[in-house]
Amino acid sequence: MRKLLALGLVGGLLAVGAQGVMADENAELVIDGKTFVTKLKAPADSPFDEILSGWRFRTDETQALQLDDFENPAMISAQYGEELWNTADGADGKSCADCHGDASESMKGLRAQMPKWHEGKKTLFALEDHINWSREEHQKAKPWKWESQEMVAMTAYIGLQSRGMPVNVKIDGPAQEWWEKGKELYYTRVGQLDMACSHCHENNYGNMVRADHLSQGQINGFPVYRLKWQGMGSIHRRFKGCMDNIRATPYKRGSDEFTALELYLASRGQGLSVETPALRN
Amino acid sequence: MRIVVTTALALLIGVSGANAGAMKPGEVKIVDGAVATPLTDQAGDPEKGRQWFLGRKLGNCLACHVNSDMAKEPYHGEVGPPLDGVADRWTPAELRAILVNSKEALSPDTIMPSFYRDSGFNRVAEQFAGKTILTAQQVEDVIAYLTTLKEK
Ligand code: HEC
Ligand code: HEC
Ligand code: HEC
Repeated sequence: MRKLLALGLVGGLLAVGAQGVMADENAELVIDGKTFVTKLKAPADSPFDEILSGWRFRTDETQALQLDDFENPAMISAQYGEELWNTADGADGKSCADCHGDASESMKGLRAQMPKWHEGKKTLFALEDHINWSREEHQKAKPWKWESQEMVAMTAYIGLQSRGMPVNVKIDGPAQEWWEKGKELYYTRVGQLDMACSHCHENNYGNMVRADHLSQGQINGFPVYRLKWQGMGSIHRRFKGCMDNIRATPYKRGSDEFTALELYLASRGQGLSVETPALRN
Repeated sequence: MRIVVTTALALLIGVSGANAGAMKPGEVKIVDGAVATPLTDQAGDPEKGRQWFLGRKLGNCLACHVNSDMAKEPYHGEVGPPLDGVADRWTPAELRAILVNSKEALSPDTIMPSFYRDSGFNRVAEQFAGKTILTAQQVEDVIAYLTTLKEK
């Protein structure tokens, strides 16, 4: 903020650049009377002093859309997810609800632990992987494509059952190797622009890059409705977008690389409230 | 035989035509933070350089730098220092080094892209593989533009 003021004084330029961009620094995310943790003091081993949700970096107008479920377009996707939850599918004509019952009980807290080790498959699973595994294994249905409307809606609906709960991923045991891989990817320069995630989201969060206010690149709100996309997108879609922007060949959605990166990012946001399904610009 | 000869000639002409006097990225050497020799024979054009500076698919310098000379343009980034008076701080040879390879000229950790390098990158998207962000001439044009940014 101090830097901002100083620069603003120098050229009177940022005033232009920043108009309608900076949000009230003290705004709080309150949905249905419940206050979300969008800012917390980081533990000693964190690269941050403070852990900050992406919500805090959005404009007042964008922030406001997430305060009210009736105005948040992401809720439409979550509602579609609820519909799918109750719809019969697969060889035996069973719905998710037939086996899992009330999602607000059976799926509560799951999003907050994602990605999570899968004992049966002995690998790290994103929420999408858990869903597809259960579709194939139990429901005897075809897996959904990673970025399909159905998958995004279901991850939004399942994620909603953890809304307000603190992100709490496990990074020890068999997940540790993945976490280390994710960390390595996070700090590796890629693309013709030759940047690592850290250059923007660790060294420069809070700064403007052209019209964008850089956040810490947290993933506690995903899947999100993005105004630019005019629709919903998964965590891995966002990773792909950032890699495309720096002219790198992105990893595939659902790849081990992106899942490792997802785990590493989740761990950097430990303690933030799950905001799924959030809204971003 | 005649065919072979003409193709060889065409190739030669093609190559020398495309790179008329331009130093290849691999040939540019940074010495004491500077590249003394211009990358091309043709003097830089500050007017064009101003455009390359702005172009989002080219320099996109404004994404990271405030520049009062472009006060009318919206959205000046704040990732790098303001470039006002940059010509008072650096010689053209030093600016050339910064643009060619910021990692070598400024700091190995810098976020600033290297605008005249075509190798040594990791996972470059296919369409940009083996290419530089700016052409040699564009680099010279941007330098010519930067040298106009004086605070006196
Ligand atoms: C025929 C019953 C059945 C159907 C239908 C079914 N599941 Fe499952 N699902 C299971 C079983 C059994 C497990 C494993 C539970 C365990 O290991 O704790 C499971 C596990 C899961 C998990 C992982 C939960 C965790 O805590 O790790 C998710 C997520 C999931 N299912 C989602 C779905 C969704 C979404 C649907 C509908 C598209 C669905 N399932 C349909 C039986 C079913
Ligand atoms: C050139 C700078 C830049 C780089 C490098 C970059 N990003 Fe981003 N990223 C952005 C911008 C700009 C946004 C949108 C504004 C914001 O939230 O920061 C964004 C948004 C995000 C978000 C969404 C945050 C939210 O709350 O909605 C995530 C997650 C993310 N980036 C992850 C990554 C990852 C992972 C990498 C490395 C593979 C990466 N980014 C590299 C610029 C960058
Ligand atoms: C992704 C952000 C980014 C972009 C794009 C960028 N720069 Fe930079 N630039 C920086 C940073 C950051 C520094 C400061 C060095 C450091 O600490 O890394 C810098 C430093 C400089 C400096 C030396 C600093 C001074 O003023 O004394 C010059 C000159 C410069 N940049 C010119 C340019 C030009 C010209 C372009 C476009 C062709 C450009 N930059 C594009 C981030 C950027």
